[in-house]
Amino acid sequence: MAIYNQSRSNTIRLIVIITFLIIALQLFYLQLVDRRYEQLAMDNAVYPKVIYPERGVIYDRKGKAILNNTIIFDLMVTPAEAKGIDTLEFCKLLKIDTSEFRKRIVEAIIKNTSVRPSVFKAMLTKELQARFEENSWRFPGFNLMERPLRTYPYHAAAHILGYIREADKRDIERSNNFYRQGDYIGKTGLEAYYESVLMGQRGVQYMIKDNKNRLVGAYEGGEYDTASIAGRSLHTHIDIELQQLAEALMSNKVGGLVAIDPNTGGILSMVSGPNYDPNDLSGSEGSKNFSRMQLDVSGPMLNRAIAGRYEPGSTYKPLGALIALNEKVVNAAYGYPCGGRYTLCGHGKPECTHAGGGHAASLRLAIANSCNAYFAHIYRLTVDNPRYKNVYDGYLHWKEYMNAFGLGVRLGVDLPNENTGGIPDTVVYNRENAGRWTSCTNLTLGIGQDKMQTTPLQMANAMCIIANKGFYYTPHFVKEIEGEGPADQNRLKQFQKKHNVLANIPDAVFNEVIEGMSDVVKVGTARGAQIEGIEVCAKTGTAENYTILDRRRIKLPDNSMFVCFAPKENPKIAIAVFVQNAGFGATWAAPIARMMMEKYLVDSLTAYSKLDSARIASTNLMPSYFKRLQYKEDSIRAFKWFQITKDSAYIDRFSMQGSTMELPSPFKQNPTEQGLPNWIILLSNSCLPERAIKQIKLFSA
Amino acid sequence: MRNNAAISKGIDWSLVWIYFALMVIGLSTIFAATYQEGDPILQSFIAFKTDYSKQFYFWGVALVVGFIIILTDSKFFPTTANFWYAVGIIFLLLVFPFHSRIKGTESIIRIGAFNFQPAEFCKIVVALALAKYFSRPETNFNRAGSQFTATILVLIPVGLAILQRETGLALVYFSFFLMMYREGLPSIIPTIGFSFVILIIASILIPPNILAILLSSIAVLLIYFSRRQIRRRRQILTSILFIWAIAVGIQRFAVPFIFEKVLQKHQVERIYNLFGKNNPYDPEQGVLSGDASKKKKESGSRYNVRQSKIAIGSGGFFGKGIFSATQTRYDFVPEQRTDFIFCTVGEGFGFLGSMLLLGLYLTLLLKMINIAERQRSTFSRVYAYGVLSVFFFHIVVNMAMTIGLAPVIGIPLPFISYGGTSLLTFTVLLAILIRLDADRQMVIR
Repeated sequence: MAIYNQSRSNTIRLIVIITFLIIALQLFYLQLVDRRYEQLAMDNAVYPKVIYPERGVIYDRKGKAILNNTIIFDLMVTPAEAKGIDTLEFCKLLKIDTSEFRKRIVEAIIKNTSVRPSVFKAMLTKELQARFEENSWRFPGFNLMERPLRTYPYHAAAHILGYIREADKRDIERSNNFYRQGDYIGKTGLEAYYESVLMGQRGVQYMIKDNKNRLVGAYEGGEYDTASIAGRSLHTHIDIELQQLAEALMSNKVGGLVAIDPNTGGILSMVSGPNYDPNDLSGSEGSKNFSRMQLDVSGPMLNRAIAGRYEPGSTYKPLGALIALNEKVVNAAYGYPCGGRYTLCGHGKPECTHAGGGHAASLRLAIANSCNAYFAHIYRLTVDNPRYKNVYDGYLHWKEYMNAFGLGVRLGVDLPNENTGGIPDTVVYNRENAGRWTSCTNLTLGIGQDKMQTTPLQMANAMCIIANKGFYYTPHFVKEIEGEGPADQNRLKQFQKKHNVLANIPDAVFNEVIEGMSDVVKVGTARGAQIEGIEVCAKTGTAENYTILDRRRIKLPDNSMFVCFAPKENPKIAIAVFVQNAGFGATWAAPIARMMMEKYLVDSLTAYSKLDSARIASTNLMPSYFKRLQYKEDSIRAFKWFQITKDSAYIDRFSMQGSTMELPSPFKQNPTEQGLPNWIILLSNSCLPERAIKQIKLFSA
Repeated sequence: MRNNAAISKGIDWSLVWIYFALMVIGLSTIFAATYQEGDPILQSFIAFKTDYSKQFYFWGVALVVGFIIILTDSKFFPTTANFWYAVGIIFLLLVFPFHSRIKGTESIIRIGAFNFQPAEFCKIVVALALAKYFSRPETNFNRAGSQFTATILVLIPVGLAILQRETGLALVYFSFFLMMYREGLPSIIPTIGFSFVILIIASILIPPNILAILLSSIAVLLIYFSRRQIRRRRQILTSILFIWAIAVGIQRFAVPFIFEKVLQKHQVERIYNLFGKNNPYDPEQGVLSGDASKKKKESGSRYNVRQSKIAIGSGGFFGKGIFSATQTRYDFVPEQRTDFIFCTVGEGFGFLGSMLLLGLYLTLLLKMINIAERQRSTFSRVYAYGVLSVFFFHIVVNMAMTIGLAPVIGIPLPFISYGGTSLLTFTVLLAILIRLDADRQMVIR
């Protein structure tokens, strides 16, 4: 019977050959055709470990480090190795309960498997770290991992320095994937502007990892590794003690302050109010504080010194005087018979704080007494100058001067997000007035109002131009970059260039105005800014302002402003101070500037100034409507949250406490007398749920 | 006893050389995968601590056993075949009360330091017993009765192996059908088996309702096109309807039954993974669909196969060299010394090395067929085909599983995989074949 089936042996041979052929083909495909697997194997086994360089340090003008790198520790856990520890003891050490412990372990396992370390508690406090270090031998599987951190020993200069955070998706995209997840990047301030200098160069160490992602050694003996290069440090013009004083004086105030050395353009101090301690944003409470500040309506993150737009008001007047003198529409002896208001435009505005008495009998007197009528008039004379065809031409000429003074243009300070301020073009007035307007239309430009908007930085820079009699250096912080290369020199060149913007104005003209500004302090509106032995030139400013709140236009307290430079001969410091909603320029801004000058020029405060500085520092001038605005924003956000999630935890705070909480109101209305206040009705239409309104009604009735 | 010349007379030396070649490849591959840099090579080979050292000793034992078998009279095997079968079955039964619990299997008896797996050894006794049964003058394999008895001989150890949770080993026994095919198994049986496999694959790939519709429409079309013949012979219609009913029945009831009740969860999963699908019979995997299923952790076998493919694929043409194979050296492929040893070959020696190994195996198998066909005795021929079947199944299934062509079945690669029992089994199988072949000129048994 065997012979009968012999042919089948060939079938079996065929089966064997065909199956082997299939295997060979698949091997051919896997090993020779599909090259994906090579990369996959590489990804599997080689781990490019990034070595982070130390970020550069920032020094002040005297070489003090105003920001430092320290190391903070994260407590890491490798769950697989942490078995069998005394959980109770451990929890006691960390002051957590056992259920929390278990929760975190489970989270760690889910996130990173049980054989790889993950964060158990991020950024330990010094105390916890010490306590853990003492006991670490008792807790295998737990260890500390260092993480670099910025610290600020002077607790100052938050807005100047900016902050670093982990690079987000947009940063990564913008950098063409140069940054990676987990990298820190400067987000604002000098940290952002000088990011490429400060960050240094990342190094890569190629490591071989095993199937559990444990690193087992160097790949190819470290042949492809690159070393990391530490970030380079910055030497700045900042005077950290001056900065600290300025921040103390500006505390609980809204506004901006800039102090510049006119000889170099180096910024000595820059404050934006409200301010914050830069240490708040790094360290264990960092992200909590960050989100709190972002939701704060007073905008503590906004650098008002470079991005706040203010009407300069009377502080503009020295510039107006310079232009008018240079254009020869008036001379130094020119006087204007001001009777308390400007009448030549028919509406009797602007009004003047003085009336008669020859307070505007000459340019110097007009500056010293800050006569509105005088400066409105010389503005008209300037733009209506018969040398130019018409008012439009004259206006454009005036605007050219303004831009030369650095107003309405970006100065180019070494911080991101600088605002241009605003000096409108004729286009704007043409549009608003159907092409027919006269110097009366924007008359108040002459007293720094109308559509004129400036930043404190621009005004401080304008003071530098006057102090220097015609030129300025671009305001900047960084004096020197450590280990300067050609690229850095190129970068800093723009700050070393002298801008001879107003060289066409003769010194004599400048001297007239400077004398006037000197009189401001000697006999004029800012006598409180006198410093013994130093001749200060200054100008006060007070600007009215309004805001719209709850659909009503309300008048807010005036902005208090002060610009100055000192000493008169060979000026060393130029300052602009803007304090929002504070009152007269002479009341708040002037003493702040005076103390700054004292501190910088004399290096100490007089006994009187010390007392005065304590008074100013402790005065809260935060506008009261912020409270109301905050309440509104918070309740609207809470309601939106409620709408989305049906979670009433937040909105309840606004509705339930309605009966007990004092509702912040900018009007000081008594709801029991006048029925429901206006804004509650307005609010009820927009955001609060019915229950909340009932509560409020109940309370009001 | 005969003299040496007589012993070596008739021995097919090519088989012996292939055997030694495979052994060397196997040992060096295990060495490559487990050698720690800095260990003294010679000492660690002798120390019996590392895997390569152990394998080295296993090889020694296997050589001694093989040599003893070569010295044995070839008449010994047919005369004692039934006895060995009985011994094998008894050992398989002894497993139940005496097995030791290791690695989730219940098939191992521990004697001292050695693990003894009867299900592995029983391949030999089944091959011998089948050969013995076929060589009986009264056996006529064309008769259903003989076919039945032969099948029972195979199914007894299969059943016992399944009971010991050694499905992979149990499957090996089905390879004896290749031998039976050579011995005259009616073609209809492999055809039915093949159709059955196709139907199972179809029901994995195609949703049940659509498959049912598909099968029905095929039946309808068949009936339509053969309506003339049907008019002449009614049987055709009945047989078409019968086949249709069976097919739909299998697809509808038998397949779910096998996947749900017969096979274990992980086995079903492996089969589905082969086709890149999740196991619908697993409530954890089945209910999830779309993105949710992607988030689920990769199943063990799928991870194995993916890593194994990465290892082999990354080898390229020449391979990464024996110690630079990162995939296998750093344990990315689980079981890489035993069942997934082919990865180490593929990664370390590349396409060239894989082809060399494949060529060696192909030569071995074709050689076995030649040897089988040149036997005068039925016993020797059937036994040779039995050995061929076992080797063929092991080689093909093992290699195919590492490159993602077969579901993951835990069976070793002959002579290459780490493991004493399998090495000894394959050596004995081959040694008996060599002995029988050497005496092929003797009287017909």
